[in-house]
Amino acid sequence: MNPLPSASLPLMDDDEPVFHHAVATRNACKLCTPLGACLAFRGIEGCLPFLHGSQGCATYIRRYLISHFREPMDIAASNFSEQSAVFGGASNFHQGIQNVVKGYRPRLIGVATTCLSETIGEDLRLLFHQYFSKHWEEGHPEMVHVSTPSYSGTHMDGFHAAVRVVIETLAVGGPRSRRVNLFPGMVSAADLRYLKEILSGFNLPHTLLPDYSDSLDGPSWGEYHKLPEGGTPLDAIRAGGSSQVSIEFGRTLAEKNTAGTCLEEKFSVPRRLLGLPIGIRESDAFFKLLEIVSGHTLPARHEAERGRLVDAMIDGHKYVARKKAVVYGEEDLVVGLAAFLAEIGVEPVICASGGRSGRLIESIQAVAPELAAGCRIMSGVDFMDIAEAAAAAKPDFMLGSSKGYLLARKLQIPLVRVGFPIHDRIGGQRVLHLGYRGAQQLYDRIVNTLLEHKQELSHVGYSYL
Amino acid sequence: MKILDDRKQQIIRHGLHTAPIVCEKHSVAGSVSQRACVFCGSRVVLYPITDALHLVHGPIGCAAYTWDIRGAQSSGEQLYRNSFSTDLREMDVIYGGEKKLYHALCELIDAHQPRAAFVYSTCIVGVIGDDVGAVCKRVAAEKNIPVLPVHSEGFKGTKKDGYRAACEAVYQLIGTAKDNGPIQHSINILGDFNLAGETWIIRDYYRRIGINVVACITGDARVDDIRQAHRARLNLVQCSGSMAALGAMMERDYHIPLKRVSYFGIEDMSAALYEAAKFFGDDPEILRRAEKLVRDEVGKIYPHLREFRKKLAGKKAAIYVGGAFKAFSLVRALKMLGMRTAVVGSQTGGPEDYRQLQEICDPGTVIVDDATPLELAQFCLEQDVDLLIGGVKERPIAYKMGIAFCDHNHERKEPLAGFVGMLNFAREVCNSVTSPVWQFAPRRRGRSLSATGNREMAA
Repeated sequence: MNPLPSASLPLMDDDEPVFHHAVATRNACKLCTPLGACLAFRGIEGCLPFLHGSQGCATYIRRYLISHFREPMDIAASNFSEQSAVFGGASNFHQGIQNVVKGYRPRLIGVATTCLSETIGEDLRLLFHQYFSKHWEEGHPEMVHVSTPSYSGTHMDGFHAAVRVVIETLAVGGPRSRRVNLFPGMVSAADLRYLKEILSGFNLPHTLLPDYSDSLDGPSWGEYHKLPEGGTPLDAIRAGGSSQVSIEFGRTLAEKNTAGTCLEEKFSVPRRLLGLPIGIRESDAFFKLLEIVSGHTLPARHEAERGRLVDAMIDGHKYVARKKAVVYGEEDLVVGLAAFLAEIGVEPVICASGGRSGRLIESIQAVAPELAAGCRIMSGVDFMDIAEAAAAAKPDFMLGSSKGYLLARKLQIPLVRVGFPIHDRIGGQRVLHLGYRGAQQLYDRIVNTLLEHKQELSHVGYSYL
Repeated sequence: MKILDDRKQQIIRHGLHTAPIVCEKHSVAGSVSQRACVFCGSRVVLYPITDALHLVHGPIGCAAYTWDIRGAQSSGEQLYRNSFSTDLREMDVIYGGEKKLYHALCELIDAHQPRAAFVYSTCIVGVIGDDVGAVCKRVAAEKNIPVLPVHSEGFKGTKKDGYRAACEAVYQLIGTAKDNGPIQHSINILGDFNLAGETWIIRDYYRRIGINVVACITGDARVDDIRQAHRARLNLVQCSGSMAALGAMMERDYHIPLKRVSYFGIEDMSAALYEAAKFFGDDPEILRRAEKLVRDEVGKIYPHLREFRKKLAGKKAAIYVGGAFKAFSLVRALKMLGMRTAVVGSQTGGPEDYRQLQEICDPGTVIVDDATPLELAQFCLEQDVDLLIGGVKERPIAYKMGIAFCDHNHERKEPLAGFVGMLNFAREVCNSVTSPVWQFAPRRRGRSLSATGNREMAA
């Protein structure tokens, strides 16, 4: 038995101050790595995620994702038994893949290894080789493998790792094209649709990976679809090796091996790392880059949206002035939201994440240098750490997933729901965060939530604010 | 769609097949089962013990996905709604997680002062070989509370094995109370989880007919109640799999007889009350009060049910639930609403369950064990059902194809048990089946939604 994980996920840096002093994790502010990988795989056309390990992992992840997206979420598993755990999961793997090919006719099978198969030392390279030497035939779906032991990193690491292996496995080089690769990270379906609209507006052919804007936010069906329409086409992924540039969102990815760095190393496709374009400054940086890459100036519609956003921010600035917020979630989302809050005059007194990239503090300082020293930036924490810090900080509202609701309720402050998961409202996949349009929607929601809260607490009952 | 060869014998069409259905099998690799794992089985059963600490020993996923997801309510203590995990990392996997488990337990017990602690083993613990039992023993001695290991390694069987592991853990508590004398006319309610307050409804019925409820295991449970569960005279066991093992253990060691009951639907709810009343035949007043309660409660809801029946008569339903025992009740409850069950299946049904299902279903009904989403979708379309009853994982299958849905799983927020629950059930089914939204769904477009259920294709 080989207890060492096949370390394709980078070990976490530990150079940031530790805010989590408890031994146990109490109400985690993170999820496990395979969830991120499954979500990324669902954003590829004709792709079925396949977990090599226990059945429960697939079922739990399916249910967690369904509760947010409210869409079918088939994830297969090799359904380990006690025997597989002792003697290895080879026969389950072979049978599982064959059944998936028969049942779903996918174009790509995204295999992710869970903590169980990683711990017993399953050699996926060997399993792939054995499988293909027996069962390869014309038209057999492509297969990729991502190593996602849940004892290493968070769902975000699983997400980025899955995107990377897809690129690593499928992208091919070629004469440089006008195409742009965009690796947006874990954003909403609405964000993905908007990003495609932006890229098309700049007249840029693109590979947006992953793209679950249709596959996880699709229309009602007449017949049951084994695999939903939409997702990044495999051809677009293959063409990613000859793109003129890769744009990757996520400041905390600075020193990680990602899809972007992979293409840079293999095919010399330059990689441009930006923060998630949330708020004006981070969106400006994104649009500026697109102007350079495309050779076009900012289309009028975006200019107009930016103008309206600035106007709205002025109209509402006094309603939000010096309000204190608790922001939590994936590190890069927190960085973007902190940048935006700083722009509108809200103090993000607590910026917290269960992730531990080691880059949260410097990223927030880079995007929001005006933030007072009083802002607590906490990585690697759980919701009980956040609750403890929040009790002292006396925040006015919270900004993050529905997992913060219990704390918001305890503090009797409103929660503005963003990110993932949103399990207690409808339409979590349609929350727009990115760009000028996303900032506009976030802004309106934040201001109106604060106004509503004030109105509700008021003895007077103003109908005019 | 082709049914996978390995799955063919787990599906029968009532009246067309003579061979018995194959069930209680490990799920076929590569099939997308709606089942979860051993851990899930243990976790759902023990979750509602409100004043216990529930610590998941393993990497973060298992704890994160089970944080506050059930509708199991508490009349006081809220500790159970937290998600505690040892959150194992690489180094723990390499060097073992016992030390971390010990410190996590001590710290959490000091911070939250629980009445007992349950430690759930996950897949990885079974592989790295931590001696969870030894750590639990040590902490129990140091902190002077029961600390109970739950052997729920995910790969060691099916969800049903998880139920058994949970029963074995909770059984350690039973019989540890100071008082030991039997309590007159008393029962334990086993296998109800107080989803949306259902245990409270049922307990109230029993109280009203003069029966004492000693412990509810595990709906709105308190550790101290469970400790004295052996003082009850009768165990009423709901749910086919989850608590049957506990009932059997108590019968073996404490000679407490058990009766299987269900609280869904008028017939089954009434039978559950009569069963207990007849058991305590030494006091005929109990039966008389039960008859009066049933009369009163049915009288209250019956006129409303008739209204719903008018709208639902002739409609067809598919049922896919965890335990087959619930499916029996649902088939009967749907019949009362004038609806026919065209597809019925379960994750964990046994041979006897499926035989009984065939008895109460009409010929042609598809009966399926451990169904996949593709199979469920196919049968729903083929039988052209108007309603699917299931849980969160089945919901998108129904909705995507323009089929109404009723959530009858652990996440539900509406009580569906008891007489009042039957009314809620009818209302929920009716609200979904008769919604105007279906007229826009591609599969339903052009069909009228007539009240009698006779749908006509538009010209």
